[in-house]
Amino acid sequence: MNDRKPVIVARNIDKFFGDFQALRDVSIEVRAGERMVICGPSGSGKSTLLRCFNALETHDAGQLIVDGIELRPESPDIRKLRQNVGMVFQQFNLFPHLTVLENLMIGPVKVRGMRRSEAEATARKYLERVHIPEQAEKFPAQLSGGQQQRVAIARSLCMEPRIMLFDEPTSALDPEMISEVLEAMVELAQTGMTMVVVTHEMGFARKVADSMVFMDGGEIVESGPPQEVFSNPRTERCREFLSQILAF
Amino acid sequence: MRNLIRKLRWPDYLILAILFVFFGYVWFTVGGTLNYNWRWDRIPNQIVGYHTVREEYFVGLLLRGLIATIRICIYAAILAVILGTILGMARCSTNLTIRMLARTYMECLRNIPPVVVIFIFFFFFSQQLVDALDLARWSRNIARNDEASPLWEFFFGDMRRFPAIISGAIVLALFQSAFVGEIVRAGIESIPRGQREAAKSIGMSRFAEMRYIVLPQAFKKVVPPLTNQFITLIKDSSIVSLIAIPELTYNTLELVASTRMIFEAWLTTAAFYFVLCFGLSRFFARLERRREGQR
Ligand SMILES: Nc1ncnc2c1ncn2[C@@H]1O[C@H](COP(=O)(O)OP(=O)(O)O)[C@@H](O)[C@H]1O
Ligand SMILES: [Mg+2]
Repeated sequence: MNDRKPVIVARNIDKFFGDFQALRDVSIEVRAGERMVICGPSGSGKSTLLRCFNALETHDAGQLIVDGIELRPESPDIRKLRQNVGMVFQQFNLFPHLTVLENLMIGPVKVRGMRRSEAEATARKYLERVHIPEQAEKFPAQLSGGQQQRVAIARSLCMEPRIMLFDEPTSALDPEMISEVLEAMVELAQTGMTMVVVTHEMGFARKVADSMVFMDGGEIVESGPPQEVFSNPRTERCREFLSQILAF
Repeated sequence: MRNLIRKLRWPDYLILAILFVFFGYVWFTVGGTLNYNWRWDRIPNQIVGYHTVREEYFVGLLLRGLIATIRICIYAAILAVILGTILGMARCSTNLTIRMLARTYMECLRNIPPVVVIFIFFFFFSQQLVDALDLARWSRNIARNDEASPLWEFFFGDMRRFPAIISGAIVLALFQSAFVGEIVRAGIESIPRGQREAAKSIGMSRFAEMRYIVLPQAFKKVVPPLTNQFITLIKDSSIVSLIAIPELTYNTLELVASTRMIFEAWLTTAAFYFVLCFGLSRFFARLERRREGQR
């Protein structure tokens, strides 16, 4: 893994919301094909960091290079970058006025300028990938949470991204639907996709993660291979957090 | 109906009796003391008349006014929705200057009496536009040209009145656009932030995000308030009579001036407005219920 080239490089990132500092001096590297899991208590800045990676938030200090593009406010390449960096949200954020198929096609057609027939073929291919080809004509509101989140994953994949970001993709789901989404993510990991996943699903982390990052108070407190972080956390904060979420 | 009568209690009868006495009194004063001569029989002629010499029906003054009102309102509504959408989007712009300009325009319109606004728009804007484009001569030419005129007349009525109809519609649209803009802004802001973020995350430009994600959802939400606003627009359209646009209210004023049928003319006009607005509001309510049912 270490010989692959880094696709996300963050150096000394700071992020402020008014006076509140959400990220403190965060430095991190994600290499091509790497699967990174970020965990940490609520409010520790995980979402903020992830959102900086595709410029939904702009960092206030430090350097951030994603997919070879240095992110600065008003950088003209930001749209180009976002086409190559997919994002899956906790709340799915499907477009409720479009059918599942249209949700998947709108990016390729309107952003990439792909022909509709071609876009539809792509869309059906990825629906197949997440195991819901039969839901193509339905509207998002007619699907279960787990199905909606899989559509959201497929929507991102339709843009053929090189990096996928997941922000607590299973946190808004009923327990019985979590596994179907995780399964789709594991399968995606097997294709060699670069993934950064914010999640508290430690089973998933054990299974697919190459590296694990623990955040608290806007800082990266600990990082390393998952076995190491799990079995031998160096800091008290990380140990406490892990024992809490592994308790059940 | 019978159910309704059975539900009435003595206070209801008392109220009805008082109303009866009141209207009887008004009727008596108007007819007796003022020596008012009711001439209801002459009203139908002002709606649809029959020309005995030429042996054909013609559209009377009041009906002509009603048709002009409907035309003005439709064009004004279309224009107001276009302008209002632009204003609403400007209010949500990231550019401070654009946001402030839109805000200023809307606050001015909402805090100046409609009559004053109408005069200002008429003298400063629509009349200048009509003069600059020389619409008066252009429409007179169409009126003379027998081939072109039927189509134009279907849309705008008597082409000699075209400039008046158009300035009426423009003035009304400019006035209403502030309210439509406010409705559109509320609609745009009601779309959850996650929708915009999802659009951005697949690389959409700000324009595509608006065009394909935000506006289609916002428009669904603003249809009910917009239909209400349309009915308000119909009622407000009567103030363009002040700038001599020959619509329903203006024609009624003319009729009253020439025949002194004060009560008959105004009551008929009131009935026209009521039927139009009440009918539309029922109609829109039914459409809305059907739309809800589909979901
Ligand atoms: N848009 C915002 N405005 C102000 N504060 C924010 C905003 N977004 C996040 N924050 C704050 O930043 C901190 C980190 O938030 P977040 O990154 O969402 O945490 P996490 O995802 O780890 O729960 C929180 O304290 C949150 O209140
Ligand atoms: Mg979060």
